[in-house]
Amino acid sequence: MIDLTDPIAIRIRGICNSFGDQVVHDGVDLDVRNGEILGVVGGSGTGKSVLLRSIIGLKQPDAGEITIFGESMIGKEEDEALDVRRRWGVLFQGGALFSTLTVAENVQVPLREYYPNLDQTLLDEISAYKVAMAGLSPEAGPKYPSELSGGMKKRAGLARALALDPMLLFLDEPTAGLDPIGAAAFDELTKSLQRSLGLTVFLITHDLDSLFAICDRVAVLADQKVIAVGTIDELLALDHPWIQEYFNGPRGRAATNAVDRGKSLRA
Amino acid sequence: MVAPTLFVEEVGDGGRVLRFIGRLTLARIEDLPKRLDALSVQPQIIDLSQVDRMDTVGAWLVHKLNKSSGASITGGSDDMMRLIAQVGQSGREMAVRPPPLNPVLHILSEIGASVYEAIATLKGLLSFFGSILVALWDVMRHPSRFRGAAVAQRFELVGVRALGIIGLMSFLIGIVIAQQGAVQLSQFGAEALTVNLIGRITMRELGVLMTAIMVAGRSGSAFAAQIGTMKLTEEIDAMRTIGVSPIEALVLPRLLAAVIMLPLLGFYASIVAIAGGGLFCWLSLGITPDTFIGLLREVIPITDVWVGLLKAPVFGAIIAMTGCFQGMQVQGNAEEVGLRTTAAVVQAIFLVIVLDAFFAVFFTEIGWV
Repeated sequence: MIDLTDPIAIRIRGICNSFGDQVVHDGVDLDVRNGEILGVVGGSGTGKSVLLRSIIGLKQPDAGEITIFGESMIGKEEDEALDVRRRWGVLFQGGALFSTLTVAENVQVPLREYYPNLDQTLLDEISAYKVAMAGLSPEAGPKYPSELSGGMKKRAGLARALALDPMLLFLDEPTAGLDPIGAAAFDELTKSLQRSLGLTVFLITHDLDSLFAICDRVAVLADQKVIAVGTIDELLALDHPWIQEYFNGPRGRAATNAVDRGKSLRA
Repeated sequence: MVAPTLFVEEVGDGGRVLRFIGRLTLARIEDLPKRLDALSVQPQIIDLSQVDRMDTVGAWLVHKLNKSSGASITGGSDDMMRLIAQVGQSGREMAVRPPPLNPVLHILSEIGASVYEAIATLKGLLSFFGSILVALWDVMRHPSRFRGAAVAQRFELVGVRALGIIGLMSFLIGIVIAQQGAVQLSQFGAEALTVNLIGRITMRELGVLMTAIMVAGRSGSAFAAQIGTMKLTEEIDAMRTIGVSPIEALVLPRLLAAVIMLPLLGFYASIVAIAGGGLFCWLSLGITPDTFIGLLREVIPITDVWVGLLKAPVFGAIIAMTGCFQGMQVQGNAEEVGLRTTAAVVQAIFLVIVLDAFFAVFFTEIGWV
């Protein structure tokens, strides 16, 4: 039974994934709390995207248990998982928009799929305000994905991910490839949507600014495991070499400084 | 089944009150929008105090009702009010599809676009042919730039891997020709001429033509799809910036493979078809393989073999060029790859058949009958 008030939205226990001889995950444990923005970081090839694909059921893990709102997701048939599926939205790296549909039609796809009886006017109205909420102008609605820039594609992808009013939002490197202004705006958008819609956000990112700006907690993937989860301050207190390197490297320091400057300006 | 969202209307102190009850969410909306539209009297107060949950769709409906009736909203929690305000801000007119054209204009613009497209394709094909010649000349001047390994790989894909299916197809066609021919010719008591029919038609026409159609379907389409996908993923652009000519690296090996493989495959197809026909003659007409081969040597002039072998490289070039050209034309989205692949196969087969007609007339005129 799905329990939307479960304090742990996603519970991951002992997930193992491997491709041939290459072991990607060896016993990953992670809790995503209800209503938080959890950032997931890790070097390239540590299996961040594989973890995401395991959670949303695109890849069956070799071992382990994943429950979402108390509902076990492992070994589920497609149609059994539908009830959980319509409570999440996924933004893929490139947006993954359907290229033969306009942006507005893209947003309407999940709505039509799950609620075939909605009338067309309401569908059009819903897609209009979702597109606007994702920060796109109304002119983007009738455009095809090939006519959009990279940043607009991500926003359109976000609008589609939000179509069903999900409780859970999975974002795979949403700010990669955006200019700093666009990236900051996207962070701001994620935060404000999370606040007003009460979303739980699972955010994979390489963007240190995003981590500092919007994440409640950060999980670090390394050595085939989640080696640490906590607020950035908690992570900084650990003396794991990779974590220190990550947050105290030149880019990490710049981002920390920027946050500190922002705090002192606001104070 | 979930209960649909309810609302009740009452007249209270402040005027007409519309009170929503339960969950105002997408899953429970059902026909609520219609029922709200059908309200006979607009409310003056919208009461949300008995709403358990509300999502953006619920907020949108409340916002719409609020805007159309001018009623005030009471009883909503802070979260709900914030959601309504945010959705309200986002609510704007938006077109879902690009505006449709006037039908007459639409037809005219379609005609214009296809004429323009046809001219552009012709020009494009010519310039593509030109750049192939340039690349060929470059490679001949600098033989070290010749990509032997790529050509050999294409030989395998275009030629060797096609042996099975082309052999099977030709064998069956040989049997069909022999069988049908024998039935018709027996009416004149001329079953023996079946051997002429099989030998000449497969060597001159069918062997190469059927092979060309099969290769267009197998390899022409693959060329278009491979190059088209590379175009989409910007691999072709990356090659250009690195200084590798895509024509040299991608088109020439495919072209060479097709030009060299088609005569071989065509000849092979003819031989297999003759074997199929021979088998039928043996089993059904009682012509033993020895006699069959002896007869073949008498009735097939060597020019028939030349006719087949001379046409084949031209067909190969046509197939490879249309495939690669259509692949290079891909831009935009994945659907385009499919369209261009189809176009490559259709154009290749069409051009092959047109050219075959020319060849038939030509070879007859020069006396190779």
